[in-house]
Amino acid sequence: MSNLASSAALAQASPSSAPSGHAIELVGVNKWYGEFHVLKDINLKVHRGERIVICGPSGSGKSTMIRCINRLEEHQQGTIIVDGIELTNDLKRIDEIRREVGMCFQHFNLFPHLTILENLTLAPIWVRKMPKKEADELAMHFLTKVKIPEQAHKYPGQLSGGQQQRVAIARALCMKPKILLFDEPTSALDPEMVKEVLETMVSLAEEGMTMLCVTHEMGFARQVANRVIFMDAGQIIEMNEPEPFFSNPQHERTRLFLSQILGH
Amino acid sequence: MNLSSFIDVFHAWPSLLNGLVMTVMLTLVSSFLGVVLGTLCAWGSLKGPKAVRWFIRGYVEFFRNTPFLGQIFFIFFGLPALGLRLDPVTAALVALTINLTAYACEIIRAGIEATPAGQFEAASSLGLKPAQAFFLVIIPPAFQRVWPAMTSQLVIILLASALCSQISVAELSYEANMIASRTFRNFEAYIVVTLIYLGLAVLFREMLTWVGRRFVYGEFATGAQR
Amino acid sequence: MNDFTTWDVFRNLLAAVPWTIYLSLIAFAGGAAVSLILLSLRFAFPRVAGRPVRLYVQVFQGTPLLMQLFLVYFGLALMGVQTTPLFAASLCLSVYSSAYLTETWYGCVLAVPKGQWEASSSLGLKHWQQMLLIVLPQALRLSVPPTVGLMVQIVKNTSLASIVGFVELTRASQIIANATFEPFLAYGAVALIYFVICFSISLCGRHLEKRIRI
Repeated sequence: MSNLASSAALAQASPSSAPSGHAIELVGVNKWYGEFHVLKDINLKVHRGERIVICGPSGSGKSTMIRCINRLEEHQQGTIIVDGIELTNDLKRIDEIRREVGMCFQHFNLFPHLTILENLTLAPIWVRKMPKKEADELAMHFLTKVKIPEQAHKYPGQLSGGQQQRVAIARALCMKPKILLFDEPTSALDPEMVKEVLETMVSLAEEGMTMLCVTHEMGFARQVANRVIFMDAGQIIEMNEPEPFFSNPQHERTRLFLSQILGH
Repeated sequence: MNLSSFIDVFHAWPSLLNGLVMTVMLTLVSSFLGVVLGTLCAWGSLKGPKAVRWFIRGYVEFFRNTPFLGQIFFIFFGLPALGLRLDPVTAALVALTINLTAYACEIIRAGIEATPAGQFEAASSLGLKPAQAFFLVIIPPAFQRVWPAMTSQLVIILLASALCSQISVAELSYEANMIASRTFRNFEAYIVVTLIYLGLAVLFREMLTWVGRRFVYGEFATGAQR
Repeated sequence: MNDFTTWDVFRNLLAAVPWTIYLSLIAFAGGAAVSLILLSLRFAFPRVAGRPVRLYVQVFQGTPLLMQLFLVYFGLALMGVQTTPLFAASLCLSVYSSAYLTETWYGCVLAVPKGQWEASSSLGLKHWQQMLLIVLPQALRLSVPPTVGLMVQIVKNTSLASIVGFVELTRASQIIANATFEPFLAYGAVALIYFVICFSISLCGRHLEKRIRI
């Protein structure tokens, strides 16, 4: 534990590794829910600007893994370093990391009592201490980017699922995050709305955003991912570039999973 | 006040015991009747003919929006004017039951309304008659959903039964009044009886939780609770 | 044998309505104040204050209001405090209401979906900001229907003040019943008046509920 901590300190101190090093680094991460071992020895290094798609059966630990990266879940063993900062119980560091890491949820989790614009400006105003006017401009910029500036003064409940998810993406972007995490962003959407959300995500990817995305949208994975990860039973089973991952999976379990979700 | 001032109160344990038995009897009988009648009223208010629905709605709203003390006074002191003279215990049971039925009806109705319509349709499509569909398919999960609320309401009825002392039913709080005026140990008598009520409420809640686990949640609890 | 008209009965009862309303307002305001303090303690120091607050709620929800009323009435006398029926009833109803309000409002805060906490965490908001900006506004909306329900309970509970001799609606109806030998009319009329008060509160609540739904 102590040598892990010191290596993290080294990583932070040495100028060569901090800016150019990894965006996210998971080393020997383990997590249990009571008796249940959800994450088993996870090792993963994500480069800056890299786009990673994570797939796997439900209960495989893929959501838990990305939720550990911004401390929505606590890991019990191993090291997680985000943007050169090691995640510990230090609340200050957690806040620092959360400012740099945006997240989009399966069920959007927009704030129902606030308008779309207020949803977007809340964190810039209260966390970044941005003046309201500036925050409004920033919010309108990103709303335009996700193609729904005309909805700014509505409430989340008045929008379709696809629109809500695009708002959620814009909300995360307003914090100018270095990394974006997506937790099954299209699973709760009607099929006709999946496309508009994926298009938004593709355009983000093209701009070089570091992205970790839990999804079963394999078309999206093929199009934008640098690497695809398959997880099962709390372990990373296979990790490869999309082309070989889909055309020639190495593991039986990956093959089975892919045949199930692509087969029909 | 010291410990010895409680001794007068404890000397009166036989009357406390009688009061306890009466309180328990009032609670159990009205709870049973109230839940059964409340279920029937819930059925009537959802599936009955229009006149029945309106009558039940009116009854429920009226009894939920007037104080129990007023209800029991009306039944005990007011009804004899119509030639309906009830002895105190009967009047108390009638008042408690009528009051609880109104609340139970509302609670169960909420549970039924939260049951997906598909359940009733599925039951009907299997050829069950409406009453069968209601009592076999709709009621069990509805009960399961609202059992915590029902438990609270039944505990409230136990505590409300203290007001029956006001029409001289010899239950716990009536005995407390008697002991208080006999011994002049007002505070001590009420403290002791209040603690007995607290014990009863805790026990009753435990019992209802057990009843819920045994009869209401059943085997399908984990599956159906989602 | 009887010089009272139905109107006389109603007129005398209506004269007592303000007292029932005053007492209800005192009980609600007092109860809300106490429960806001208890809730702040419970959320600010969950480890230390959690158990005492739960115990407080359990004790006052687990004993009859009538016994609490007698205890306050005779307890104050025992402590040598000169008390009036209004004071004893106000104190007792406030404390009793605070237990139910605390329990209900606590539940409303817990009922705000977990995703709201997670989303605001992931945006980097501090705990107090999450509570104040995200959770409490939503809890407030959730709390409207049960709070209105509790207000109706409070109005009905003020009838117990009659037992310690405070002249509000129920006591007035007893007095009138005894004076006119018309208990059916007196108790029937008072029930109607309570119904009008309580049902109006319920209807206002329903209206409010529809307006704030988003």
